[in-house]
Amino acid sequence: MTKKWFNCFLRESDREAPSPCPSTLLNAFLVALFILLIFIFSFSRLEYDFHWAGVWAYRAKFIRGLGMTLVLSFFSLIVSFLLRSLFALGQKSRFLPFYFFSRFYVEIIRGTPLLVQILVFFYVIADAFRVQNRYVTGVMILSLFAGAYISEIIRAGIDSIGETQLETARSLGLTRFQQYRFIIFPQVFKRILPPLAGQLVSLIKDSSLLSIISVSEFTLNAQEVNAYTYSTLESYLPLALGYLLITYPISNLSKRLERAFSYET
Amino acid sequence: MKLDIRGLSKAFDEKKVLSDISLHLDGIRSLVIIGPSGGGKSTFLRILAGLLVPEAGEVIINGKPIPTEESSLREYRKTMGMVFQSYNLFPHMTAVENIMLPLVHVHGYGQEEAREHAMGLLARFQLSLHAEKKPALLSGGQKQRVAIARAVAVSPSFLLFDEPTSALDPEFTSEVLDVIEELREEGKDLILVTHEMGFARIVSDYALFLDEGTVAAAGTPEEIFDYPAEERLRLFLAKVLKY
Repeated sequence: MTKKWFNCFLRESDREAPSPCPSTLLNAFLVALFILLIFIFSFSRLEYDFHWAGVWAYRAKFIRGLGMTLVLSFFSLIVSFLLRSLFALGQKSRFLPFYFFSRFYVEIIRGTPLLVQILVFFYVIADAFRVQNRYVTGVMILSLFAGAYISEIIRAGIDSIGETQLETARSLGLTRFQQYRFIIFPQVFKRILPPLAGQLVSLIKDSSLLSIISVSEFTLNAQEVNAYTYSTLESYLPLALGYLLITYPISNLSKRLERAFSYET
Repeated sequence: MKLDIRGLSKAFDEKKVLSDISLHLDGIRSLVIIGPSGGGKSTFLRILAGLLVPEAGEVIINGKPIPTEESSLREYRKTMGMVFQSYNLFPHMTAVENIMLPLVHVHGYGQEEAREHAMGLLARFQLSLHAEKKPALLSGGQKQRVAIARAVAVSPSFLLFDEPTSALDPEFTSEVLDVIEELREEGKDLILVTHEMGFARIVSDYALFLDEGTVAAAGTPEEIFDYPAEERLRLFLAKVLKY
């Protein structure tokens, strides 16, 4: 009898008999309950008086910040995608300076903390080149940062198109441009959509670091509300929830895309 | 088909793959190339296809030399059809789109015209039902027949086959060989690299045995398959026909 109910907690492929209960719902509920209990227990030990009213007064500020985060992330994604398509080609380039620049750039950006990059770029480079607008600078930094990762995604995508396909395309008399247009890009685009969506999720969270150069995005607004109201948790919990509200649909979408395109190969 | 080859050599990173091949053939309809792996068969075929440029020597097919400049090579490639070992259909396109691609973008057909032509060929190879399927949904034999249809569609002056059945499950081999035999009977000129000795024997009117980068033996199917004189050829045939 207990064995029968045990099937509720197994993956479909591992079950010995059909599950006697709605498995997905039950398991999701149990996990949520467990996490909730941990939180309830932790908060009950905290001896902290929540003052939501003070923070609630600043709700418009949260929403404006969230909007700014979305705008920054969106533009950064576009700019980095354009820039990086170039760099992905650069890494395949036969022209050595271009090749080394691409490799250098990817290694440096991926090997150093974003926080340091933001500080150096804003206080040193942007300042030297007299770029005053911190929002423009912010988008530039995020684009450069995300771009290093995106260029790896694109390069891997191009590499994943087999040499035999390109040979076939040549044997059919296609020009190099036609090979990219009809054979490489359509396939690469589909293959890199899922990791690209994942990269957007990281980008949205990473944009919170722009608060250190006073870009008025989501995190900075939460920090300010905290400073006005002295209600730390009341300011930061909505912050976490807000990020989750944007990132969850995107990572969900990316998983769906991955499944949708997986039959191709 | 008239084939004139003089002093053909090709190396990859110092490793000689073809060394100084010379050959004069006239009035050949179907040429079969056999030989051990690594003997230079695929390289030889790729040079004939204009996909590889030799280090030395020249190839003259039907009186026209194969060019060595990329831009004129592209023009040359348009005039022949090649079928590869691993089908090489484009996975993001349906069967009919695979056939239409070179028609529309290389040979200047209109969309409608190309579709009609492609559907006609698919019908001929009993593939009409599969026209709108992507390669992942086709069997190996079906994929290879679509690939043959794609090569034939542009009315090439000759067809090249690089081990067209090597990647197939045995049950699909005959359906592909039937199509090739049919094309030969129709009078298409073809050059075929294959490990199917029985088929090679029937379909060829001239055969080459390529070993260690040279033409170790050449002759009519009788000379090559029935009364092999050359020692290496005898050993090779004994090995592949053992079971």
